[in-house]
Amino acid sequence: MSRDAAGSGVLARHLELVRALRAAGLPVSLSEDLDAVTALGRVAWGDRATVRDAYAATLVKKHSQRPTFDALFDAYFPAMVGDGTGTGVAFAADRPQEKPVGDNLDVLETMRRRIRRALRESDLDDQLLRQLAAESVGRFGTDPGRANGASPWSAYETLQRLDVQQLVDQLVAGLVGDGVEREEADAFAQRRLSEFVSAVHADIDRRTTEREGPDRRAAEQVRPTIEKLAFTQARYADLASMRREVYPLARRLATRMAKERRSLGGGPVDFRRTIRASMATGGVPLTTHHRPKRPHRTDLVVLCDVSGSVAHFARFTLMFVYALREAFRGMRAYTFVDDIQEVTELLRPEADPAEVIAGLAGSTREAVLAGRTHYGRVFERFAAEHGQVLGPRTTLLILGDARSNYSTLGDATLRELAAAAKRTIWLNPEPRRTWGVGDSAATVYADIVEMAECRDLEQLAAFVHDLL
Amino acid sequence: MPWFTSPTHLAEELGSAGYLADAATTTTAYLAGALEKPLLLEGPAGVGKTELAKAVARAAGADLIRLQCYEGVDEARALYEWNYKKQLLAIQASDRTQTWEETHDEIFTEEFLLPRPLLDAIRRDRRTVLLIDEVDKTDVEVEGLLLEVLSEFQVTIPELGTVTATRRPYVVLTSNASRELSEAVKRRCLYLYLDYPDARRELEIVRSHVPGLDERIAARIVRTVGRLRELSLKKAPSITETVDWARTLVALELRTLDEAAIIATLGAVLKHRSDQERALEVLTGGAPG
Repeated sequence: MSRDAAGSGVLARHLELVRALRAAGLPVSLSEDLDAVTALGRVAWGDRATVRDAYAATLVKKHSQRPTFDALFDAYFPAMVGDGTGTGVAFAADRPQEKPVGDNLDVLETMRRRIRRALRESDLDDQLLRQLAAESVGRFGTDPGRANGASPWSAYETLQRLDVQQLVDQLVAGLVGDGVEREEADAFAQRRLSEFVSAVHADIDRRTTEREGPDRRAAEQVRPTIEKLAFTQARYADLASMRREVYPLARRLATRMAKERRSLGGGPVDFRRTIRASMATGGVPLTTHHRPKRPHRTDLVVLCDVSGSVAHFARFTLMFVYALREAFRGMRAYTFVDDIQEVTELLRPEADPAEVIAGLAGSTREAVLAGRTHYGRVFERFAAEHGQVLGPRTTLLILGDARSNYSTLGDATLRELAAAAKRTIWLNPEPRRTWGVGDSAATVYADIVEMAECRDLEQLAAFVHDLL
Repeated sequence: MPWFTSPTHLAEELGSAGYLADAATTTTAYLAGALEKPLLLEGPAGVGKTELAKAVARAAGADLIRLQCYEGVDEARALYEWNYKKQLLAIQASDRTQTWEETHDEIFTEEFLLPRPLLDAIRRDRRTVLLIDEVDKTDVEVEGLLLEVLSEFQVTIPELGTVTATRRPYVVLTSNASRELSEAVKRRCLYLYLDYPDARRELEIVRSHVPGLDERIAARIVRTVGRLRELSLKKAPSITETVDWARTLVALELRTLDEAAIIATLGAVLKHRSDQERALEVLTGGAPG
C-alpha cells in the first residue's frame, strides 16, 4: 500500500472509514489501523465481502459494534453504484449519471417473475437479491412528488408497485402446491419477503449515500449500541434484541460479582484445606486457604409502573433483577398503574422469558382502574394491603417515571413505606434534567427516597451491581 | 513458510480436515496466520470455536497445545513452574561441601523447569497451534500475563532469562463473553464472531458428520433447529446438538421426523424443561398429555 494505493484513492477511503468509526464511538487504535492496512494487502481487493471481513477482523473487537461497522462500511464502500448495471469497481464521483430506465406493465411483470423465482430458491443468492432490489428501486421506486433536493427514491413506492403481498401469496401457494406444509411455507415466505424488503431499504440507503456523500450519511446512520440505547427511545426491533441481552447481561454481572466477592479474601482459615495443600510443599503451609465469606442477602420488594410510557423499562428491570434472584433471599414484585397487582407468581424459577413478558403485559389490565398512573392511590393501597411485606431487612425498589398526571402524590405514605424498609430506591428512566418538569413529581419523591436515573441497560447493570 | 497461501487454500485444507467454514471465518483465520496475530473467537456456546483451532492444527499438520482456562488459573498453570520436589531431592542428594552459589546454579536449570502450555508453545521448533480456551473465565491478572506472550511471543523467566519464540505459534483464543476482555488484549488480536451457521452450511455439517442420514430428514432437522433458535429459549440449540439430534434419529432408526419422533428425541437438543415445553407448543401446536 504505497504510491499506487494513494493514487487509486483507496487509502483516502480507508482513512475516512477509520475516522467515521472513531466518531461513532469504536475505539480504533493506531495499531489496529495499521493492522487493517496490512491485512488488506494480504487479501484479494476485488471481492467486497473479503475486504469487509478483513476490516471487521482488525477494527471491530466487540460484537455489539458490528451493526455500526456494517452501516459505515456500506456507506464508504458501497456494493454498487448507480443502477448497478456497470461493471468493475469505480466510485460514485467517477461515473456519469445513469440514463433513466424503462417502466411499463411488461417490465413490471417480468420483474415480478424474476423476484418470485429468486425468492423461491432454497438458498438465496445475495448478489442476485441486491441486483433485483437495485433494479426495482431504479425502475419503480422514484417518487416524482418529492421536493427538489430531497432523496427521490421511496421504499414504499417500490414495494407498492411490485405488490409484494401478492408476491408472497403466490410464493406460499407455489410451495403448498409442492407439498410443503402451510405453516412452514408461510414462515418461509415471510422470511424471504423481509430479506427482500431490507435489500430494498439498503439499496435506497446506498443511493442516498451516493447523492449526499458518505460523511453525511455516516453521521445519520450511527445508532447507539443496544446496551446504551435509551429504553424510551427503543424501536420495536430493538426491544427484541434488548430482551435477548437481558439474561446474558445479568449472567455477566453475576459472574463479576461472584469473582469480586471471592477476591475480597475469605473469612477464617480453612484448616483442613491449608494442611492438605502444604503436603505439596513438604509440610510448609506456603499458601493458606480460607472459607468463603457468607454472602449478605436481602429481601427485595419491587413496585413497577407498567403504564404505557414506562412499561418497557419496568419489564426489563423486573426481568433483570429477577435473573439475579440468587443474590436475594426473597423477592416479591407488584405492578401498578392506578391499582396494584402482585406478579410474584409469574416469576417462578422455570418460567420462560417470553411468557414472563406476556404475563406482565397481561397484568397491566388488572392494575388499571381509570387508566392513568396515580401514585397517591397506589402507595396507599400498597401500604394497606401489602404493607406487612416490608421489614428491617427489605429493600424496596420503585420503578417509574414519577409522572403523576397532576393527581395526589401520596408523599406522606411513601415516607412511611420508606421508614418501614431498610432501604428504598427509585429508578427513573427519564434523564435527570427533565425531573420536576411538567407533571413530574421526581423532585418531591427524590427528597424522600434515593432516586437514580436509569435510562439504558448499561446504567441498569451498574445500578444493580451497586445494590448488591 | 507461511501458514496458508490464501483464504481459498485454507478453506480447502479445513474442508479436508472436516471443518466447513464460511467465507468470513476463512478470511479471518487466514489473516491470523498471514499477519502472525492471535485470533480471538467469540460466540455462543457450541458453534465450533474450539473445533476451529483443532481443525487449523490438523489442516496445517501442526501440533496443538491447549490451555484450558478456569477461575484461578495462574502463572504456575499457564506458563511454567519449578519442579520443587525434584529440587529438594537434588539438594538432599548433593554432597554438603557445595556452596550455596553452586547449588543455586544447579537447581535453577532447564532440568528442573516444568514448562506449562504457554512456554511450551513458544519453545517448540515444530509448527504449533496454541489454543487458549475460554479465556473469559480467567482473572484479570492472567490477561496481563497473556499480553507479553501474545504481543512479543516471549516469556521471561527471572532465573534463566528471556525465552523468545523461534517459530511463532498460531494462537487462538476463545471466549463466551461471560466477561468483557480488556482493550489491551483485544487490540493485539484479530476478532471473529462465530454465529450459528446458515441453513445451507448447517445441512452440510450435519451431512458430513452423520453420513447415514436420509437427505430429507437432514433438511427437516436443520429447518426445525432454525425455528427453535428463533424462539426466545434459555439455551438455543448449538451445532453440536443438531448433530447429536441427527445421530439420535439414526441410532433409533427413525425414518421420519414427525410429532412422535420430535417428542421422543427433543431431549437431545433442548436441555431445559421450559424450553422443551415451549418448543413442543410451537412445533406440534400443543403440549403433550
